[in-house]
Amino acid sequence: MVNTDQKIQIQNLTVTYAGVPALKNANFFVQENEILGIIGPANSGKTTFLRTLNRLNDLDPRYQYSGEVLIDQKDIYRKWNVFELRKKVGMVFALPSPLPISIFENLAYGPRRDGISNRKRLEEIVEQSLKAAFLWDEAKDRLQESAMKLSGGQQQRLCIARTLALEPEVILFDEPCSGLDPISTAKIEDAMRELKKKYTLILVTNNTKQAARVSDRVAFFLMGELVEIDQAQKIFTIPKDKRTEGYISGRYG
Amino acid sequence: MRKYYEFVVEGLIFISGIASIIFVLLIFIFLLKEGLMLFRQVGVFEFLFGEHWYPISEPPRLGILPLILGSLWVTFGATVISVPIGVACAIYIGEIAPGWLREILKAGVELLAAIPSIVLGFIGLVTLVPLVKKIFHLPTGLTALSGSIMLAFMAMPTIVSIMEDALNAVPRGYREGSVAMGATKWQTIRRIVLPSASSGIIAAVMLGIGRVIGETMAVMMITGNAAMIPKSFFQPVRTMTATIAAEMGETVQGSDHYFALFAIGIVLFAITFVVNLFADMSLHQKQARV
Repeated sequence: MVNTDQKIQIQNLTVTYAGVPALKNANFFVQENEILGIIGPANSGKTTFLRTLNRLNDLDPRYQYSGEVLIDQKDIYRKWNVFELRKKVGMVFALPSPLPISIFENLAYGPRRDGISNRKRLEEIVEQSLKAAFLWDEAKDRLQESAMKLSGGQQQRLCIARTLALEPEVILFDEPCSGLDPISTAKIEDAMRELKKKYTLILVTNNTKQAARVSDRVAFFLMGELVEIDQAQKIFTIPKDKRTEGYISGRYG
Repeated sequence: MRKYYEFVVEGLIFISGIASIIFVLLIFIFLLKEGLMLFRQVGVFEFLFGEHWYPISEPPRLGILPLILGSLWVTFGATVISVPIGVACAIYIGEIAPGWLREILKAGVELLAAIPSIVLGFIGLVTLVPLVKKIFHLPTGLTALSGSIMLAFMAMPTIVSIMEDALNAVPRGYREGSVAMGATKWQTIRRIVLPSASSGIIAAVMLGIGRVIGETMAVMMITGNAAMIPKSFFQPVRTMTATIAAEMGETVQGSDHYFALFAIGIVLFAITFVVNLFADMSLHQKQARV
């Protein structure tokens, strides 16, 4: 039953914070080189799911999980080294969160922690990842400036670039455009369409139109429950579940 | 009637608000008025750099270099001891300790801050002083080292609590961003959290030092109070604060000795003012940057 197209498999995943369930018995998979959009109202477990995938939830002492998450057929809690996992599964946060250091150092941060110290190699990585995130032209002359001086949209692309610098396989986007203007949003969406050729992308978004624009498949979460997952086209035209229909036509949230 | 009431309340609040400034000014003026009288008799240079403090010899010799150096030695020793421990303690409380332990440790640090200095001095006198004497085979345990160790205990709560506030002020996004890129907890603390909090950490250390320089009772009890220029940490020293406290009661009002004690007060005031200024500047630098 091993399906090699399935990059991530989620089996009976239940997550609780201090005993309060945030995700209930989810079963689904994410295919390689697809963009999976995750939609749903607030508190539906979308972000919880993302933060489970790269084990960022481990930082929260109230967090508990049961079930299994497999990435490349390997259980993330039992078979993966957590630091390796976080390099392979990059994350772009809702608010642009560059580190308070220079643009260059933001991008070199991950590789440096990984043990790369050769200046030339780091410069290559910085250039490649900035190009891949469509930020090179805007940033190439100000690499030594503080990343805090970039605009919001540029900061968010910097965060994508620094994730790419680690040569990940999966990239998680947690409402990456919630604080951005439409033009910056379009740039990020363009970047995502380009990125899916090489990476597997999961996009959590509050904007159902955005999910429709960029996703191959879409999952709808409600109150911690996976209601429906299907091709984006089907979800947005002929949803099977009434609750999905209600949400996308604007009845909840 | 209502208008009258408003007026009175506003007036009272205003007076309370500016009271602290007025008090500082009054204290400063009084200190200057009494302290500067000394310099009609004794030169400033002779006072600050004179090597002998014999206030009751005839004629009195009022050089406070031994006292300044005594204060600086004890402060330096206390800083060397308290800063690494205090900083490590704050990192542990702020970044590493689990929630329940954090609360216990914070309460402990606050309790340490609440112990009256005379009690610390007394405990130091009966426990630390004999210990120092025994370990280093000294004729007396009343040394600069004992004072430094005891003062380190007093500076630590200040350093820990202010530095912990500084660590708390570092946005969560920095930590998560770093961790999400595969950095370990310690890498995140060292590369991101500590540099981001650096101005707050400097302020914490400065305020800790300020506390140590101004401390009187504990040092007076355990440093031996010999007004000599210190050559090692294993010698008795006398600090400026201890000198004022010990001699103010037995001096004749209006004598050179009396004025000299006020002049020491001016020097002390100037030192703590500069230290606090630095602390304040590094705190404000941070606000300007964000």
